[in-house]
Amino acid sequence: MRTLALALALGFGATAAAQAGPTLDKVKQAGNVVCGVQTGVPGFGQPDSQGKYSGFNVDICRAISAALFGDPEKVKYVPLTAQQRFTALQSGEVDLLSNNTTWTLQRDTELGFDFAPVVFYDGQGFMVAKKLNVKSAKELNGATICVQPGTTTELNLADYFRSNKMEYKPVVIEKVDEVIAAFFSGRCDSFTTDSSALAAQRTGRASNPDDYVILPERISKEPLAPVVRHGDNQWRDIVTWVIYAVMDAEEKGIAQKNLDDMTKNDDPNIKRLLGVTPGMGKALGGLDEKWAYNAIKAVGNYGEIFDKHLGLGSPLKLERGYNNLWTKGGLIYAPPIR
Amino acid sequence: MASETADALRPKRPPPWNDPQVRGIAYQVLFVGAVVALGAFLVHNTLQNLQRQNIASGFGFLHREAAFGIGESLIDYSPADTYFRAFLVGLTNTLYVAAIGIVLATILGTVIGLARLSSNWLVSKLAQVYVETFRNIPLALQLFFWWGLLRGSAPAPRQAWQPLPDVFVSNRGIVFPVPLHDPAHPWMFLALAIGVVATWVLWQWARRRQAHTGRQFPTGWAGLGLIVGLPLLAFLGFGAPLRMDVPALKGFNFIGGTALSPEFGALLIGLVIYTASFIAEIVRAGILAVSWGQSEAAMALGLTSGQRMRLVVLPQALRVIIPPMTSQYLGLTKNSSLAVLIGFPDLVSVANTTMNQTGQAIEGIAMIMGVYLAISLTISLFMNLYNRSVALVER
Repeated sequence: MRTLALALALGFGATAAAQAGPTLDKVKQAGNVVCGVQTGVPGFGQPDSQGKYSGFNVDICRAISAALFGDPEKVKYVPLTAQQRFTALQSGEVDLLSNNTTWTLQRDTELGFDFAPVVFYDGQGFMVAKKLNVKSAKELNGATICVQPGTTTELNLADYFRSNKMEYKPVVIEKVDEVIAAFFSGRCDSFTTDSSALAAQRTGRASNPDDYVILPERISKEPLAPVVRHGDNQWRDIVTWVIYAVMDAEEKGIAQKNLDDMTKNDDPNIKRLLGVTPGMGKALGGLDEKWAYNAIKAVGNYGEIFDKHLGLGSPLKLERGYNNLWTKGGLIYAPPIR
Repeated sequence: MASETADALRPKRPPPWNDPQVRGIAYQVLFVGAVVALGAFLVHNTLQNLQRQNIASGFGFLHREAAFGIGESLIDYSPADTYFRAFLVGLTNTLYVAAIGIVLATILGTVIGLARLSSNWLVSKLAQVYVETFRNIPLALQLFFWWGLLRGSAPAPRQAWQPLPDVFVSNRGIVFPVPLHDPAHPWMFLALAIGVVATWVLWQWARRRQAHTGRQFPTGWAGLGLIVGLPLLAFLGFGAPLRMDVPALKGFNFIGGTALSPEFGALLIGLVIYTASFIAEIVRAGILAVSWGQSEAAMALGLTSGQRMRLVVLPQALRVIIPPMTSQYLGLTKNSSLAVLIGFPDLVSVANTTMNQTGQAIEGIAMIMGVYLAISLTISLFMNLYNRSVALVER
């Protein structure tokens, strides 16, 4: 259906040349950011029993909303499956995707997208039932493997088995809930996706998480980043720098708790970030000078978002690993905000 | 002189703008022109929009390596093959499930339809309950139900049930032995084809003889003998080669034999049971449409109840049955696209993956639409030809 919608949008849609910032204008006019999220991955983005979305990716949307409107709740969430997400963004149904999309060359070019900074460095892994007694992905020859279609995971899986001269039988199901249910019901020997999502599903969905193990191999690089349409640089700048702002906040020791104290700090870098010294908001296309202040106030700094949804403060208890600050041996590195 | 009078009598042609014939042509030209213009606008606009958004277009992607795996395939396929090959795999899977589904749904639907007309109260009520249950529940729900049942109730491969020797039932599907490839097989198929043709010729001859002389010929038994006997002779002639590819549990799954997956099973069962409930009603309606007087006349001629059905009622009922039946066959074929929900790699499932990996949604949708249109028109064509052969020949 969404692909048909895209065809119609492209067929009947106006052909006006790309303007300076159509997405920002549209968002301001509508009064909310339309954010494409997952249909349900614990910790990253899933609705609660009231239908209210929360998670790591959801906080990215909330931060952008806070930076634009001073209010993190001005977000409209559109749950999208892996197969629906790209057409939804191409056709303008959503303003950005914040749903664990892997950054690849083809998506950046042929699909007509641009990627915001990587918010989570991941790698693809395999989960198996403990009773199969499998210790390595190399032992999976002949296995039936559940995977979501239209993902990089599906391609990496084929590559991995090809390069290791192994056979497998894929069971591809679009809806993540269905594919997970199929795996936990024993339809597949293994389920493969980003290892963080494996951990999330094991903790969140398995009746007994200890019955399942995640194999040690990481068969791919999965840099997960929010996605925007190619050609609207202003909107891309805003998404990019809101993410850098929360990363920078962690590096500078700015957190939700000490935010107001930090506005009195003498460090010129902190003053610029929090809008005490104006200029950054104007540079970003006329945002409120307190854009970063509002974003951090709404969701906290990068480390706080991570801990709350994925890290030690959450049921998933993921290690920071590559997702630690560069100063602590990780890859999280924000360019200077000045 | 005469022609002059005739010319005078003939009404004068009105001026072209008032001539109904000219106006008719003009309107048609205008309408077709408008449709073509709209189409051209859409194509042009789409291409411009695609270019503006930097989205690739064209069918060049079909020759690129697909690089994704497909779980079930009737033709050889590996991730190293092209997107085009992957598309063919999806197409054959769709045709496969649709063809088997149409045959089974027709048989089941006819049985249920006849059961509803049965004078036995229990049988007719059971048939009614069947029809009302299955045609009133959305097909998607039924598919989820069958799929959940098939994968949820069966054991893991290592604890597979073995209802027959070398037949295994597990949540990977049903695995059964198949004969290993043998030089006898092509000859057996040839013998089967000869048997079918010979039976048809025999049937035509027997019918003509009966029409002329009234003498009957046991076509059924003779045909059975030809269709089964000839391949059997070929089989024995080659020394009865019976080497089987027997499935065996190795590692995670059964190797060898042929498997029917739970996804295929659920899709087939769902489509057949759902469509059969409609076909049952069509069959019932068709038979009820033949007036009771026809049956009475047949009985008066001394026909048995089987002959009455075969020679009098069914030929007339078919005229009513076939047109709506065509719609059901088309419906079943198109409904097979719900395979996406339960992970059977049909045409739509493969095309969806292709669209997502290449980003070329418009081309993918166009291909899906083209293929379904072609399949549907083919089914319609054959059903219309058949309809013409059973329709009343008007003199």
